[in-house]
Amino acid sequence: MEMPVPNADVIARKAQIVAALSKVMPSGAVISDVSETRAYECDALTAYRCAPLAVVLPRSTEEVSAVMKICHDMGVPVVPRGSGTSLAGGALPTADCVLLGVARMNEVIETDYENRFIRVQTGRTNLSVTGAVEQEDFFYAPDPSSQLACAIAGNIAMNSGGAHCLKYGVTTNNLLGVTIVLMDGTVTEIGGAHLDSGGLDLLGLICGSEGQLGVVTEATLRILRKPEGARPVLMGFDSNEVAGACVSDIIKAGVLPVAIEFMDRPCIEACEAFAHAGYPMCEALLIVEVEGSPAEIDEQLSVILDIARRHNPVELREAKDADEAGRIWLGRKSAFGAMGQINDYMCLDGTIPVTSLPYVLKRIGELSKQYGLGVANVFHAGDGNMHPLILFDANKPGDLELCEDMGADILRLCVEVGGCLTGEHGVGIEKRDLMVDQFAPDDLEAQMAVKDVFDPKWLLNPAKVFPLAASESRRNFALAAE
Amino acid sequence: MRPETEAELAEMIAAAKGPLHVQGGGTRPVGQPVTGEMLHTSGMSGITLYEPGALTLVVQAGTPLAEIEAALDAEGQRLPFEPMDHRGLLGTSGTPTIGGVVASNASGPRRIQVGACRDFMLGVRFVDGQGTVIKNGGRVMKNVTGYDLVKLLSGSWGTLGVLSEVSLKVLPKPDSAATLKFRGLDVAQAVSVMSRALGSPFEITGAAHDPQAGQTLLRIEGFAQSVTYRAGQLRALFSDHAIEIENDPAQVAATWAGIRDVAPLQDGTGDVWRLSVKPSDAPELVARLDAEALLFDWGGGLIWARVPEGTDLRARMSGVKGHATLIRGSAASRAALPVFHPEPAPLAHITDGLRLRFDPRGILNPGLMGA
Repeated sequence: MEMPVPNADVIARKAQIVAALSKVMPSGAVISDVSETRAYECDALTAYRCAPLAVVLPRSTEEVSAVMKICHDMGVPVVPRGSGTSLAGGALPTADCVLLGVARMNEVIETDYENRFIRVQTGRTNLSVTGAVEQEDFFYAPDPSSQLACAIAGNIAMNSGGAHCLKYGVTTNNLLGVTIVLMDGTVTEIGGAHLDSGGLDLLGLICGSEGQLGVVTEATLRILRKPEGARPVLMGFDSNEVAGACVSDIIKAGVLPVAIEFMDRPCIEACEAFAHAGYPMCEALLIVEVEGSPAEIDEQLSVILDIARRHNPVELREAKDADEAGRIWLGRKSAFGAMGQINDYMCLDGTIPVTSLPYVLKRIGELSKQYGLGVANVFHAGDGNMHPLILFDANKPGDLELCEDMGADILRLCVEVGGCLTGEHGVGIEKRDLMVDQFAPDDLEAQMAVKDVFDPKWLLNPAKVFPLAASESRRNFALAAE
Repeated sequence: MRPETEAELAEMIAAAKGPLHVQGGGTRPVGQPVTGEMLHTSGMSGITLYEPGALTLVVQAGTPLAEIEAALDAEGQRLPFEPMDHRGLLGTSGTPTIGGVVASNASGPRRIQVGACRDFMLGVRFVDGQGTVIKNGGRVMKNVTGYDLVKLLSGSWGTLGVLSEVSLKVLPKPDSAATLKFRGLDVAQAVSVMSRALGSPFEITGAAHDPQAGQTLLRIEGFAQSVTYRAGQLRALFSDHAIEIENDPAQVAATWAGIRDVAPLQDGTGDVWRLSVKPSDAPELVARLDAEALLFDWGGGLIWARVPEGTDLRARMSGVKGHATLIRGSAASRAALPVFHPEPAPLAHITDGLRLRFDPRGILNPGLMGA
């Protein structure tokens, strides 16, 4: 993956830049020693690494503002970072950047059960937001797999989803307001505890903008009362086609499960070997979860089980108690760990129309043969968000590149059937160069025009999202203006 | 002008010599009056794609809302965000279009639980002020590929681009619904009841208070047994209140259509404002409004207020965060007061910048949203 040539002039001014930052930040909050900046050289896309020029770890919006103003005035790129769990390289530094990490900003500012929101600093982890309200039986709905580690800042940047979006939506549907610091240091609030915008929906524009429009330091999030209960059911099928048809029929029947998860045979086998969850050996497995009181769950499951039976399942297993429910989820939740035991893998994130599921799985199988790399599929079937895991050997020269090429082919396939490159991980650097497969030049131009408005100098996370060739003139123009 | 295809729309905008007044069905004349050549979107009509099993609908922007609702109804589905029909309140008589719904982000009582129109928007195709066709989003439910211009266009009232096609997520229509009616509560008591209900696990899909009728309303929807169960649980939760339960589907639908379309405020003269605030701010705020009539939706967070012509309600909102829009205002009121809530300087600067980028000639509904 190509990155722009770092600005030698900025690198040459490192001492001045660090001195200016140290003036406005408390001691210990500016890191410039090469041995220490290396800790920030990558996020969860570990194949790509580059230590930043310096790292700042602010504790307040005021400190973020002071840092941004200095970087703006001195022409230094800023790469924001939450917890560094991005699978797309969204927080990959450049050698000429100040990496701005919000991890120390993790306070709960306000909790309001009457109006059902929580306001937090954005370095707070996703799971600890729920942790702050669960004593009152409330929760924060978006639940990305990395929720133990990932920060709200990154969730907002990537508009993260999770397993339960079918019912509760993704981050943008649960975000009420933000405090944002613009590249020039301006601090402003968008939205709040009230609903919707009085003007243009700038909050909706910020969410998912991959840290390129501003640094979000505080967020007002919608919290919900926990349902009375939840129960999963496991279904095994002879073919992907039948499992796909079953998903479609469940959705059409008027039941809205909170989650419909899909695993194919390679994934089932790996999970079974790893977690011993007692999964049936079959071609496709669905986990469908519904919520409510025990009677409401019974009612919904009876509809779902009737539909499943019409598709001749090889296995139909309803959780009788919490222990059985746990076992049903065990394999799915350990899927990524299980695959990691077998091999290095690359996790894709394309979304497809649910109706294209069987065709896409068939084509992925063919690509797997063509490239000679194994693929396991585990994904959120209800909303069509695929997570093919391509297995490769990082120690074998050329295997990573082969894997990336195959990944690109799978993502192009997603676009071809009417889907998209990324459902919840974001573009980052990983899918940057594939954007031309989904968007026409005018579509990309319109998006880049938005960045022009928020960050005219293109200093904020500049080498992400857009193909380098597409953003080149803007980045160079900003550089020349310095 | 009445283009029938996106290509025609693009040509017409590119060739336009002056301001354009973009209009769907003409049922929502909200905002500052626009002077310009009429650009009707009603010629771009029809359902492009509807996949009930994928809960997705792709439709031309000028398609009548009624046509969409009929198609969804045939499959037992609906637009979950319950878009308001503005005709009653604004005294208009056109045919509401889906483009108008999206451009105004029109959302009804269910917004409190499931989200607004913008939350169900999957994709847009539109033509910007230069005549360039732009697409964003798509037709799948999870999509974070690039910036979310879909949200930006939703609620932009035709000032950034003219929608040609929109993709939406739809949801199943539940087979049963009920309204729980409380009587005689004051605003503070009503907000408190609605907050408790919305903070319960019983999935309230509507929470409104009509002071004129002295009624506070909660709606539950779902499978029949589930509705019965939750109605019972809510009765138990509010055992100190006498609760009347409305079960007849037609009655329940009529009750909530009345809330959605602000029926209690439709009659009479005067300006009608729409305020969005934190629900617990509502009781103290309305005491200052001196309104002739009020309606509360979204658990108290959405306040509809009818006041004498020319009253500046924003001046009475000091210390309360949120926004106020003058939805029904006389020409004099609209000339004297901003229709949309003025933004803080940094956001106004961004808004102006976005307008300039998407419509550099300033020809799309100029002035409608102010500035």
